Amino acid sequence: MVLAVCVVVHLATIIYAVQGGLTAGEILGRTRGNLIFAGFYSVFVLACAVHVPVGVENIAREWFRFGPRAARALAWAVASVILVMGLRAVYGVTA
Amino acid sequence: MDALLKVRVWRGARDGAFSLYDVPRQESQTVLDVVTHIQRHLEPTLSYRYACRVGMCGSCAMTVNGRPRWTCRTHVAKVADGDTLEIAPLANLPVIKDLATDMSEFFDKWARARGQFQGSATRHEPFATVSPESAERQAANAGIECIGCGVCYASCDVVEWRPEFLGPAALNRAWTLANDVRDVAQRERLRAVAGDVGCHACHTQGSCTERCPKQLQPTVSIAGLKRLAGRAAIRGKL
Repeated sequence: MVLAVCVVVHLATIIYAVQGGLTAGEILGRTRGNLIFAGFYSVFVLACAVHVPVGVENIAREWFRFGPRAARALAWAVASVILVMGLRAVYGVTA
Repeated sequence: MDALLKVRVWRGARDGAFSLYDVPRQESQTVLDVVTHIQRHLEPTLSYRYACRVGMCGSCAMTVNGRPRWTCRTHVAKVADGDTLEIAPLANLPVIKDLATDMSEFFDKWARARGQFQGSATRHEPFATVSPESAERQAANAGIECIGCGVCYASCDVVEWRPEFLGPAALNRAWTLANDVRDVAQRERLRAVAGDVGCHACHTQGSCTERCPKQLQPTVSIAGLKRLAGRAAIRGKL
């Protein structure tokens, strides 16, 4: 549910913001030092880090016949990658 | 009619092959008629199951031209591919011999899903009064006609991909009991079905509902269990 809300807000914001063109500089001008932006997108990253690994684990078990331990390990690996890369990205545009 | 049906029948267990038989076609012939003809006149060693032969017991379920069906209720005219028929044992179950499968796992999962009623009243208490119009009773009634034939179980891809998945029949029964206001094992039952191998593994593929010979809707039942489990988890009652 959290993820659904994040996606809707994200899409709405993008669609609104790109009206009349949008440069990288303009984006960064809005996001640098913006705590609300940082907070919202951190929540988004956390939600993704939960949602994606659950699905990946199911696919690994059901389609690729991973064993339970291997599938769980893959899920944790994907979660870590999303967390690290996602939070780095948020930091990168807000710091 | 002088026409002949060319019938491929699975012989063997997990390893085996299809054998070909020529069966005289008749009007209003069912697939069970065909199998019985083969065993009585062509191949006495063929193993298969049936009981009531009138669509009440579910014993005769087999895979006919790739789909699980009750063979006693399947007219050859409706499913024959021209003049060919392919008959195999029910899918997702170990094959004992030819067309007979081992249904132990199917029923074990029923038990693991806590598909048994547990009450607390004794004979000394008055009858429980349950209104047939109540939402819960209607939800339960919609699913209680299941006779455990295994067609839904054989149709489910998730059962095939994730062998520990409890399956549509067991979860459907759990849902009917979850809606039984007299039952006192609700929490244990919800714990049993709300796991990785329970209702949350269902992908809403819907083959179970499409193929149930009694027009039950395990997909709907499982969705109900997902809602119940979700609510209970949020309230910390799981």
